[in-house]
Amino acid sequence: MISLTINGLPVSVEEGTTLLEAAQFLGFPIPTLCHMEGLSPYGACRLCVVQLGDGPKARLVSSCTYPAQEGLKVRTASARVVRARKMILELLLASCPQSKIIQDLASAHQVSQQRFRQEHEDCILCGLCVRMCEEQMMAKAIGFRNRGERRSIGTPFDIKSEQCRLCGGCIYVCPACQLRCTYTEPDKAICGGCANLSPPCVEKEQFDDMMCYMNPCVACEIEKD
Amino acid sequence: MKAEEVLSIIDRHQDQGDGLISVLEEIQSKYSYLPPEALKLVAERTGRSPVDVYGVATFYKSFSLKPRGKHLCSVCMGTACHVRGASAVAQEFTRQLGVKPGETTPDREFSLETVNCLGACALGPVAVVDGHYFSNVRSSRVKQIITDTRAGLDDAERRADLRDFILNVSCSRCNRSLMDPDHPIDGSPSIRVTAAFERTHGWLRLSALYGSFTVESEYPIRTDVLVDFFCPHCHTELQGASHCPLCSAPMVSMIVRAGGIVQICSRRGCRGHILDLNGSGF
Repeated sequence: MISLTINGLPVSVEEGTTLLEAAQFLGFPIPTLCHMEGLSPYGACRLCVVQLGDGPKARLVSSCTYPAQEGLKVRTASARVVRARKMILELLLASCPQSKIIQDLASAHQVSQQRFRQEHEDCILCGLCVRMCEEQMMAKAIGFRNRGERRSIGTPFDIKSEQCRLCGGCIYVCPACQLRCTYTEPDKAICGGCANLSPPCVEKEQFDDMMCYMNPCVACEIEKD
Repeated sequence: MKAEEVLSIIDRHQDQGDGLISVLEEIQSKYSYLPPEALKLVAERTGRSPVDVYGVATFYKSFSLKPRGKHLCSVCMGTACHVRGASAVAQEFTRQLGVKPGETTPDREFSLETVNCLGACALGPVAVVDGHYFSNVRSSRVKQIITDTRAGLDDAERRADLRDFILNVSCSRCNRSLMDPDHPIDGSPSIRVTAAFERTHGWLRLSALYGSFTVESEYPIRTDVLVDFFCPHCHTELQGASHCPLCSAPMVSMIVRAGGIVQICSRRGCRGHILDLNGSGF
């Protein structure tokens, strides 16, 4: 057993436990996006940052990939951690504002605006679908391709993979395309949009009570032609 | 692309365990790019998922999924090269070849690419064509580089290699030739002298190729032994006036027929030598 303290509370966990699991065991909430039980930890979204140690040597690590170690002092909601999390959420909102999951997370952390150039990506490269396909569906039909800013997820050569059984697992776990607010493209609406209305919020003004947390809502903003 | 060829490449790397990158490199060097069918074969043969192989092939910039030209021109765009005008060089390549970086000429002769750093920053701007490094490239030199490449860079380099000439030497006293055409070393007549060391003496043949240190001897000479050289015709010692700049052993001097003298170190294993083609150091 390994003893460590999380937010001042001592806890003993078995070897191999991650900090995220230890914190969840004690009931400390840590937001996650690319983490899912049953899939290997990946540490892509960095939302689960926690602070290790204190003083000038304190550092931030992703709790979903960090194994518990003897004598660690972990803080899950220090000012630095909260600041880092808010920044990560702003960056996520900047790349993928239409995701309901990201919007909800932003709202829960009192992030209602982001300061960066607004983009509308379909993917945040969290790798959930890749791990789902490989580890749960045993298919390994999709994977990462290229690198740097050209990195993307898909099948080799963008053609239908022989390994793919069309199980839909990748779509099910995707935080970016699941429950996507499709205001800007109402024709392609499949999910119900940000207000969980059907048809999606075609005319924004009518839905003052919709569950969009952005102020102003960048997802629903129609791009000026 | 032939499936058997690819399969034999894969099989050759089987014992290396995770040899995916080596396999892909070899396939690429054979076909100058990675054909999709080859990637599929690699995945099947090594039991990997095609997406893994494809991921590796697209991750590294040195792998290309599009056919590349016979000659690959890489222009360094690293910081050091950039500030010394690499972008002008790249532009000149683009202008001369008529393709943008990352593209291949329609005749499949040249591929142009820009790279981030070749690790030769002191020589910048650097361009590499078919593994030959060109340093301090100016846009005015680009045309010549392309012409040389078309003619064959290996030949051009051999012609420019100053080490590749044969010294025709003779005794400094009797002026008779020391060359021995009957016993070639390195494909050219050797230099024959009489060597004396540690109470033995016998013939010693040196390569006449300047820069080659091949030696044949009647008796084996241990390293670091000082050898006295004698002319086989007049039996005079071929004693030089100076000492070796590397190990300060006495030098052996011979006259170069073309004019000048060559001095070599008399210590076995030492590579100290002085070539003075004007003869002023005599």
